[in-house]
Amino acid sequence: MLNFILKRLGQSAVLVLIMSALVFIGMYVVSDPVAVLAGEDFTDEDRAALARELGVDRPLVVQYLSFLGNISKGDFGTSFVYNRPVLELILERLPATLEVAFMAMFIGLVVGIPLGVYSGLNQKKPATKLTSFLTTVGYSVPNFWQGVLLIMLFAVWLQVLPASGRGDTTRLFSADWSLFNLDGLSHMILPALNLAIYTICLQTRLARSGTQEVMYQDYMTFARAKGISRDRLIRRHLVRNILIPIVTITGLQLGALIAFATVTETVFSWPGIGKLLLDSIHSSDRPVVVAYLILITLMFVTINFIVDVLYALLDPRIRYT
Amino acid sequence: MSTETTTVDAGTLADRKSEEPTFTEKFWKIFRGHPGALAGLVGIFIFLLLAIFAPLLAPQNPYDQMRLDILDGLLPPGSRLGDGTLSLLGTDALGRDILSAVLFGLRISMVVALVAVIIGSAIGIFMGLLAAMKGGWVETVVMRLVDLKMSFPGILLALMVLAVFGTGIDKVIIALIIGAWAAEARLVRGVAMSELKKEYIDSARLAGLSDTKIMWRYLFPNSISPVLVVLPMSISGAIGAEATLSFLGVGVPITEPSLGLLIANGNDYILSGKWWISIFPGLVLVTLVLCINVVADRLRDHSNPYLRGKD
Repeated sequence: MLNFILKRLGQSAVLVLIMSALVFIGMYVVSDPVAVLAGEDFTDEDRAALARELGVDRPLVVQYLSFLGNISKGDFGTSFVYNRPVLELILERLPATLEVAFMAMFIGLVVGIPLGVYSGLNQKKPATKLTSFLTTVGYSVPNFWQGVLLIMLFAVWLQVLPASGRGDTTRLFSADWSLFNLDGLSHMILPALNLAIYTICLQTRLARSGTQEVMYQDYMTFARAKGISRDRLIRRHLVRNILIPIVTITGLQLGALIAFATVTETVFSWPGIGKLLLDSIHSSDRPVVVAYLILITLMFVTINFIVDVLYALLDPRIRYT
Repeated sequence: MSTETTTVDAGTLADRKSEEPTFTEKFWKIFRGHPGALAGLVGIFIFLLLAIFAPLLAPQNPYDQMRLDILDGLLPPGSRLGDGTLSLLGTDALGRDILSAVLFGLRISMVVALVAVIIGSAIGIFMGLLAAMKGGWVETVVMRLVDLKMSFPGILLALMVLAVFGTGIDKVIIALIIGAWAAEARLVRGVAMSELKKEYIDSARLAGLSDTKIMWRYLFPNSISPVLVVLPMSISGAIGAEATLSFLGVGVPITEPSLGLLIANGNDYILSGKWWISIFPGLVLVTLVLCINVVADRLRDHSNPYLRGKD
């Protein structure tokens, strides 16, 4: 097992190196930072001085190694736009993204699993057909368009929920959260719902196919034959068994939610890291874009690593391939 | 599906004509009793016609800045423009007729998605065949690349590509190609590996044919049917992805607005009650994707031998 973990850890490290090299080449070599920063009246000497100042006159390998060195110290440079350390900027925006992603995950599980179990148990009922149709629509309709419709429905026509921004925040564990006060929470409902729709559809389908499979297992027939109540049958025997694939997918889903938050945060002007990334792309704030891409790569590699190790713990066959 | 792609020469075709189902028969076998899928197919056909004949159908050329009149701006659906033409779906802030903009936007959205999926699938098929045929380090490299791509959500990779290379139609297509090839490479490699174990490949090898010849003449036609089945799903995915990127402002340029960019333009006016600018392009986008998806679902179910008995 230790062997497997070390091997997998090595692969993850290689992956991070490849991705950081790609980001480095893309951001610092494909487009020339001197050309971006130099004024129109710059002479050749001025350009050379600027290149020396930025360190881009050194060999590429040296530049890349110093780039890696700075990153490992947590130094991602200073934002051109905000004139503050990039890492500080990102960490400050992170709670907003995390709370909306976790809220969306929560809504997805709480709505999706019961819907899926109901659909699996009552395959012929009209409510099941409706659910199945709605999940198809939910998969087909692009996420940003769902957001636009939510704003139109709840903020423009019904005027019950705010359309953008974060509202009041509460300071807790040296970060700002919207979750813990009413105004913040009302701002959070629409973005969280928008982000949750895909998760709801996914969890409904997972729970439905899981239910259909488990219902015909021998232990279910046996439990029914014992004469236990339907309620207890579903709670103790059915739900516990369909939870295994759901837990795995949920872990992987969390990373995808944080990535998809870029879209939701733009639609609802939610000040998280996804909106920060897009604003920085638009304003060519290169250090922020680089830092976001590197950090999100690290996050995905970590999630994948943990999931792989968990799989190997659960299923010994994987360790030997 | 696979019979369509098998190469049969003219002589044997004549002999077997009576048993081989014709295209119409096969078509009915897939779509009979599935009105939803059939409606989807009709919808796709209509959208294709609208996109192809957009310049003839549109009341106005939405790209001609000289013809636009700012006085026509933000008119609700059903108004008349200054020059007397009826604006069925209203106008945007620049006085551009929404119906015309949607027809041309539909064109751009469909072209971008089709080009990206065709190139992406071609690359995927080639990589998959190569990995299965060559094995060894070629296979390792290809499959590691597939793993690398699969470990990130598509939207994130697309944003990376566009952040690095800048925006524009060609860059969006590159981003979508990067999103499309990997799943298909994996699919084709899987099918090709099982095809390689069959006797016709052995006999081709014994006949002394080169690897390249075997790959293109025998392995290729017998391995691509699963890709053809998922092709509609890839296209609708690409349409949605392009719309998302353009909505975020990192996709197509403002001079060639796709449906996604039209929605983004209208988004600024939603809070002031000017709903038509955003809603109409959005409805077209959603209907198009939905039509493709119901057809895609039908094709997938039909190609699944476990479900076919229930047809």
